[in-house]
Amino acid sequence: MSTETWTLIIVGLTFAFYLYIGYLNRVRETAGFYVAGRGVPAIANGAATAADWMSGASFVSMAGLISFLGYDGAVYLMGWTGGYVLLALLLAPYLRKYGKYTVPDFIGDRYYSNTARAVAALATIFISLTYVAGQMRAVGIVFSRFLQVNIVTGVIIGMGVVAFFAVLGGMKGITWTQVAQYAVLITAYLITTIAIAWTLTGNPIPQLALTFTDFAQRLNQIQIDLGLKEYLRPFQNFSQLNVFFVTLSLMIGTAGLPHVIIRFYTVPRVSDARISAGWALLFIALLYTSAPALAVFAKYNLINTLHGKTRAEIEQIDWAVKWEQTGLLKFEDKDGDGKLEMTADKATNEIIIDRDIIVLSTPEVARLAPWVVGLVAAGGLAAALSTAAGLLIAMSSAVSHDWYYRIWKPDATESERLLVGRIMIFVAILVAGYFGIRPPGFVAEVVAFAFGLAAASLFPAILLGIFDRRMNREGATAGILVGLFFTLIMIILMRSNRLLGTEQPIIASFLGINAQGIGVVGAILNFIVSYVVSRATPPPPQEIQELIEEIRIPRGALAPTAEH
Amino acid sequence: MEERTPNNQNSKAVAYWRANLRAILILLAIWALVSYVAAIILGGVFYNVRFFQLPLSFWFAQQGSMITFVILIFVYSWWMNKIDREFDVHEE
Repeated sequence: MSTETWTLIIVGLTFAFYLYIGYLNRVRETAGFYVAGRGVPAIANGAATAADWMSGASFVSMAGLISFLGYDGAVYLMGWTGGYVLLALLLAPYLRKYGKYTVPDFIGDRYYSNTARAVAALATIFISLTYVAGQMRAVGIVFSRFLQVNIVTGVIIGMGVVAFFAVLGGMKGITWTQVAQYAVLITAYLITTIAIAWTLTGNPIPQLALTFTDFAQRLNQIQIDLGLKEYLRPFQNFSQLNVFFVTLSLMIGTAGLPHVIIRFYTVPRVSDARISAGWALLFIALLYTSAPALAVFAKYNLINTLHGKTRAEIEQIDWAVKWEQTGLLKFEDKDGDGKLEMTADKATNEIIIDRDIIVLSTPEVARLAPWVVGLVAAGGLAAALSTAAGLLIAMSSAVSHDWYYRIWKPDATESERLLVGRIMIFVAILVAGYFGIRPPGFVAEVVAFAFGLAAASLFPAILLGIFDRRMNREGATAGILVGLFFTLIMIILMRSNRLLGTEQPIIASFLGINAQGIGVVGAILNFIVSYVVSRATPPPPQEIQELIEEIRIPRGALAPTAEH
Repeated sequence: MEERTPNNQNSKAVAYWRANLRAILILLAIWALVSYVAAIILGGVFYNVRFFQLPLSFWFAQQGSMITFVILIFVYSWWMNKIDREFDVHEE
């Protein structure tokens, strides 16, 4: 059977499987819709969180990104995993004990302010929306690349599948589908990585093959010989200062992302919230520690196979011909010496490699069976769909729960709330699909916003709400506003060439810190302003101080879920 | 058995919270050590130290830090469960 037939079969089977799980997990009450009835076992929540977290881009592009950044690619590896330590130690158990439905729920109640609630809901929507557009786009791209379906059709198919289980099952349907999607994506990733590790080094465990064989050094030497930047030496692509700040910003941002935080509301107990963060990070780290190995092996293999060959020799290599047709691999004999050579200079480089090829071409490069290619396509789709679903529930609950029910219509009945929830998630899917079909030109830029804003607004407000008993409405609101506006303005100024159409960015950096790292500065400002303002204004009322005492103690989290 | 006066309850809650903060600070110190110190602040220094076939700073940056993060959360979970039971605030 051809690769395409295999891909069609595997993608079709996985989609049918997701729909079936979605159908089994349809819900009838709001607790099921928003927090899966708080009945998700810790390990299943870990797998769902991992699928929620790892996006289409993590799956398809991250190993490629690392292979081009070398050492400095660690900002993404450490940044997107280290945040879970903060989440587990500082936020998740307390938010689970508090036991409502959303992040704005906590901020609004803790700071006894519907203004704070509305601002937190707005931040949630903005952060999730910037993210979800990229996911729907990724679904369309995977369809077009593997099945020759056009991008619009691909996005619509993806929307249909997500709509089915999200509207019917809310958080419950999404959670159990994500567990299945994690299984698909990790299997695809590991088969591919293990195969290339084994073919190249003879050691099947990618992490061990990276550490105990000399392929990383060989790649480093090749890069030196070709005049490229050293692979293993730190701070070749980013300054040391930026590696520090970007890593910290991504970590704090991760811990403040609403779609990740709400996952910890779904487990039965506080102790489950703690360990389920451990499971989540273990499942994430399976992919994240394999990616740097894949990056080294695939890049070494590509350069080693292609560099210095003649056009005729390249045409003997099946996968090189195939990927040249997709445009992800380009050959051009610029100096006319008959040989294709890689160089550091764009003007003379004769082999152009797109970073996405590192993951996508590996099954063929490692001579795996055609069905593995199909599995990789299904894995990429699983990664994108699961992340999209998580973002959609975060976004729609900010509207239907926080705005509609908590602020606008507190006397809404259970069935009204459920109906509004279903309608909002459907609207969110349409909006996400629209952005997937017509992506705004600055999708890559807005990801810096999502992390920066989460780091500068939500993370400090939640952290202080738990750990600083004296923190009050005035302090938190002032802190959020300062953090938010500082970060927004800085990113706009540093990316003005893309966002405002100026020729050059209005400012290049803030004291050497770039747009991706600026969230840390926003967070620090938030902490300082919150502290100063809170100490100059009246302490929070007695019942809020009792609420804080209450969330600090695990006992009593097993309250009946139908309480409100 | 301690007497359950409000005052007694209160000082117990304070002691529990202090034990909790201590665990968090110790674990976060390790978190910072394997990432910010070993891979970034000392990135250049540890580049010259070999860890099998890799520079030590590179291993921490792309493997060791993440492996440590996973272990830290499982240790935290185990440690907190222990503290919860010691202070009799664990869940039913």
